[in-house]
Amino acid sequence: MALLEINNLSRSFGGLKAVNDISFSVRSDSIKAVIGPNGAGKTTLFNLISGNLPADTGSVVFKGLPIHGLQPYQIAAHGISRTFQNIKLFPGMTALENVMIGRHVKTRAGFTAGMLHLPFSRREEKEIKEKSLELLELLDINQFAHIEASSLAFGQQRAVEFARALALEPDLLLLDEPAAGLNIYETAEIARLISKIQKRGITVLLVEHDMSLVMDISDEIVVLCFGEKIADDLPAKIQQNPQVIQIYLGDDDA
Amino acid sequence: MRNLISITTLIGSIVAVQLLTSFTGTGYYLTQLTMTAYYSLIIIGLCLVMGYAGQISLGHAGFFAIGGYTSAALTTYNLTSMLENGNSLIKFISGRGLLIAAQDLYGDPVLYVNPWIAALLAIFLTVIIAFLIGIPVLKLKGHYLAMATLGFGIIIFRIVLATEIFGEADGLSEVPGFTLLPGVIVNGDFNNRIFNYYIACGFVVVGVIILLNLINSRVGRALRAIHGAEDAANAMGINTSRYKLYTFVISAVFAAIAGIFLTHYNGGIGPSEAGIMKSIRYVAIVAIGGMANLWGALTMGVLLNFMSLRGMFGSYDDAVFGAILIIIMLFAPDGLLHLSIWRKLRKKIL
Ligand SMILES: Nc1ncnc2c1ncn2[C@@H]1O[C@H](COP(=O)(O)OP(=O)(O)O)[C@@H](O)[C@H]1O
Ligand SMILES: [Mg+2]
Repeated sequence: MALLEINNLSRSFGGLKAVNDISFSVRSDSIKAVIGPNGAGKTTLFNLISGNLPADTGSVVFKGLPIHGLQPYQIAAHGISRTFQNIKLFPGMTALENVMIGRHVKTRAGFTAGMLHLPFSRREEKEIKEKSLELLELLDINQFAHIEASSLAFGQQRAVEFARALALEPDLLLLDEPAAGLNIYETAEIARLISKIQKRGITVLLVEHDMSLVMDISDEIVVLCFGEKIADDLPAKIQQNPQVIQIYLGDDDA
Repeated sequence: MRNLISITTLIGSIVAVQLLTSFTGTGYYLTQLTMTAYYSLIIIGLCLVMGYAGQISLGHAGFFAIGGYTSAALTTYNLTSMLENGNSLIKFISGRGLLIAAQDLYGDPVLYVNPWIAALLAIFLTVIIAFLIGIPVLKLKGHYLAMATLGFGIIIFRIVLATEIFGEADGLSEVPGFTLLPGVIVNGDFNNRIFNYYIACGFVVVGVIILLNLINSRVGRALRAIHGAEDAANAMGINTSRYKLYTFVISAVFAAIAGIFLTHYNGGIGPSEAGIMKSIRYVAIVAIGGMANLWGALTMGVLLNFMSLRGMFGSYDDAVFGAILIIIMLFAPDGLLHLSIWRKLRKKIL
């Protein structure tokens, strides 16, 4: 059974069908890419999966459970975490604190424990910190741990957001254009990292414009155009799909 | 560690101020200082909501009033005749030792609810009302939230003003003292003044410790995340609406506790305590303290409330707080105690 199944998902904004009757599935432990021109509906699709936007119709089934209609925090608790196309770090918080927020679903000290500073919450807090520092190290940004995240360079901000998403220990990670705005070295680094986390048992669904990155690391690719699914296939097949070539190279759609 | 130093400083200042008044023979200041301490409880609670959770409440005088008026009404309403008439509920609670019998000024018997029970009921009522108001209202943002909480404040104000058991325009008086421990009584007794100063400050110290703990906890971090980017916080697994709601309820309880004990201290409460201008004053103080700055809010709260209670603003009292709000919003949205202002000022002057 697939880890994630998307069935006939639709969402309109006014008269615009941003996501129109889309179905596909993501296998466990695979890397699947969603590609398509700007405005194709990729980010909207991610928002529908993560619960940041409600769907008009259709269903999202994760680990056999329907999750459409749940709140984002509930979906996160089920094991889906994400990054945002336009980075959404928490302002006024350090890189470390940003990543520590990612540990929220894995920890439990609530209001009472917090107000009374109970011993178990102190232990938990220490664990949160250690785990978060490990992730900063994994992304090679531990030297920025105590710097306000939003004052970091763009590439570093992306890395912080990546670490924050990993801190949830998700089963499925949604990456919305993880390489956008990065130079070729940083992009290669991100590609290496995505493969690495896949090997750790995290399934990845990513939106990306960098074709060499997508072709390199993806097991399967879904192509969207004007909210509709054009193709869903292996990378090699996608490269030869005439409709896809038309979208990417065709003169009328450029 | 940093908190330990701050708390020690706070306690040190509390003691220093008391010693100062006793050496300089200005013990009469203690009355206003005690009242100021109770008001500070509202301020720090509101600071949590505004500065850390990023929500606004223009109705916190309402929660203060719910606490104060519930306590006052229950502890002043004479139940003697009801008991004599054989009211079974009164008999039942009387049998449980929940009532206190005494004599009024004319030596007639009075029977009223034990202040402890009244206080617990007042807090319980506050929690329920805060939930009922918070659930729908906290879905709103910005001006809409401000207006909705303002509406709540107005409703409470009009209710106390129009209800007979709340004394209408006169408010309630002759509220008895609150015996916290044997011999430890919250009341306005002149001989009890120093004691009461320390009780009120004790509440503030405990309140500050609780809130600092919370701010520096997993929940506090989540609140700051909600404040910074609510949708991202939600996507990271934080139940944002629940966190905002609980924060709102906690701060309402802080306001209610202030209301309860200040009412026992003053021996009464009047409708002006429920007024909109009071709510605006609290918001202005949190703003001038720097929003997400518990110490700033506390410092400015003590300073301004004390000056106000000493009558230093004269008949312009409310106008001063209105003006503060405007000036802070225009020139120093990060609060007066925020370092950047002093840096900017220094740059301009030098
Ligand atoms: N919140 C929104 N309100 C209105 N229109 C939107 C909203 N979000 C996206 N859209 C529109 O939906 C379409 C798909 O957008 P998006 O999903 O961001 O595309 P992509 O990520 O593939 O570039 C675009 O035409 C965009 O303008
Ligand atoms: Mg997009």
